[in-house]
Amino acid sequence: MKVLVTVKEVAEVEDDFEIEGTEIGSQYLAYDLNEWDDYAVEEAVQIAEAGDDVEVVAVTIGPERSEETIRMALAKGADRAVRVWDEALEGVDLLDVGAKVRLLEAVVAEEDPDLVLSGVQAGDDAFGATGVALADEIGFEWAAVVNQLDLDADGGVAHVHRELEGGVDEVTDVELPAVLTIQTGINEPRYASLRGIRQAQSKEIAPKDLDDLGLSAADVESELELTGMYEPETESDATYFEGSPEEEAGQLADMLRDKGVAE
Amino acid sequence: MTDVLAVSEHRRGDLRDVSYEVVTAGRELADETGGDLHVAVIGGDVDAFAEDLNREGVDQLHTVDHGEEFNHGVYAQAVEQLYDATDAGYVVTPNSVNGLDYAPAVANGLDLPVVTDVIDLDASGDGLVATREMYGSKVETTVELDADRAVVTIRGAEWPPAEGAGDAEVTAFDADIDESAVRSTVTGFEEAGGGDVDISEADVLVSVGRGIEEEENIELVQELADALDATLSSSRPIVDNGWLPKNRQVGQSGKVVTPDVYIAIGISGAVQHVAGMKGSDTIVAINTDPNAPIFDLADYGIVDDLFDVVPALIEEFE
Repeated sequence: MKVLVTVKEVAEVEDDFEIEGTEIGSQYLAYDLNEWDDYAVEEAVQIAEAGDDVEVVAVTIGPERSEETIRMALAKGADRAVRVWDEALEGVDLLDVGAKVRLLEAVVAEEDPDLVLSGVQAGDDAFGATGVALADEIGFEWAAVVNQLDLDADGGVAHVHRELEGGVDEVTDVELPAVLTIQTGINEPRYASLRGIRQAQSKEIAPKDLDDLGLSAADVESELELTGMYEPETESDATYFEGSPEEEAGQLADMLRDKGVAE
Repeated sequence: MTDVLAVSEHRRGDLRDVSYEVVTAGRELADETGGDLHVAVIGGDVDAFAEDLNREGVDQLHTVDHGEEFNHGVYAQAVEQLYDATDAGYVVTPNSVNGLDYAPAVANGLDLPVVTDVIDLDASGDGLVATREMYGSKVETTVELDADRAVVTIRGAEWPPAEGAGDAEVTAFDADIDESAVRSTVTGFEEAGGGDVDISEADVLVSVGRGIEEEENIELVQELADALDATLSSSRPIVDNGWLPKNRQVGQSGKVVTPDVYIAIGISGAVQHVAGMKGSDTIVAINTDPNAPIFDLADYGIVDDLFDVVPALIEEFE
């Protein structure tokens, strides 16, 4: 059995930052493995550990820098990785869902996985749409926002819980092969061990460009254009307590006493 | 002139609030394009739902009587067929867990671009401009689409619910659902979490978020809750880490709470969290980041390190 897990390197923004055009200045960004994908990697590795002959392949769309992130997935137990990048993708502010689907579809065609796991969304652009669109394109069944997975590979079905709003889970049986988008909290992602980090250095990260995947620049043209980026106006009309922590606590305590909270 | 198809959502016999919001968003869009607003309701008691959705500004209501509950295979097929039948350009759905389970498939199936979690829309110029957030709500962005066809999912509570009685024609749409293409089966629902504490009943909540850093530090916030005779709750990351059980989680996927006083400690105020606590009477926020969105909502704020403020506050009440 082969599990393909999609991972993305996402940018995290410091508390104070400046916007330059439609980008945040690179000095204010730190890169990390997307939080949701971390849970997807863990789920894939747990499937591999529970079964015989399960291969976990991580795939990412990202520039050379993102190899650092994909090595995290390898250090946590993925067997090998594929990194998709091409000059045609340089300078694209917002790679739309359709373009990502065409890239990942080509990887799926090469890898022929039985199961694709993907984070529910990416922490930076937060589209949350690629997994389901990919499933539709490659003819796999799917489930979005999965927070519990019980895989019956022999029976060809994934028993999942989908986390709905308001503290309610939907319980669903999904036919394999399938794409599942994984919600945070489904498991406890492991830390990469020193041994894992060392082993990851020797694992394969296969680079693929558009040519390798049988695609052209026209296949990854984005229909969406990022035209503006700005800090949302603060709408705070809060009363701020100021001073030393003791003074702040004192003022807050007075307010709470006035409201009848404690004495 | 572009028609708009808005798709409603229901669960366990009730239309969800966002159903009325997609009607408002759809109407605004249709006003800008000069088109008609079609509203679809799929599955469940479609006639009763249609009656409820027949609000001011709706031009056509389409019912698809197929199954009791949401199934993405049915929804995707029905919406794609309605899109063709109504000759709509824009499809508007909730950016809900279920919306995200079929809208991207509809976009892919119809070869349309998809823009999700939209907080504002403008179709008054050429094409569509969508406003959405990035980087955990730290920035807002505008995304332009040079076309009059797209699938758009809208964030809840950004548009007011549609009101006023409408006089739309209600038509039963005979969708041709290919059952062999429906390969997932909903077998039931489960209440998540359980436990003996119902945070939605509490008068005073002391709520802890990611800023608490370590599991053992939760004890500090518990001490404060004890000193105030309050109940301890949390934002999502605390529950994801297994530091508190699910029944303590406030937010979109947790509990909606409306206490007299809500004290948010080390909580930045992500939109999913805000959805669960914005109805609190008095909101207090303690956070080191003065730009944290929680302060937009707070009545009282302290911009400082919780590890200095909380012990001082405990001392006040001991």
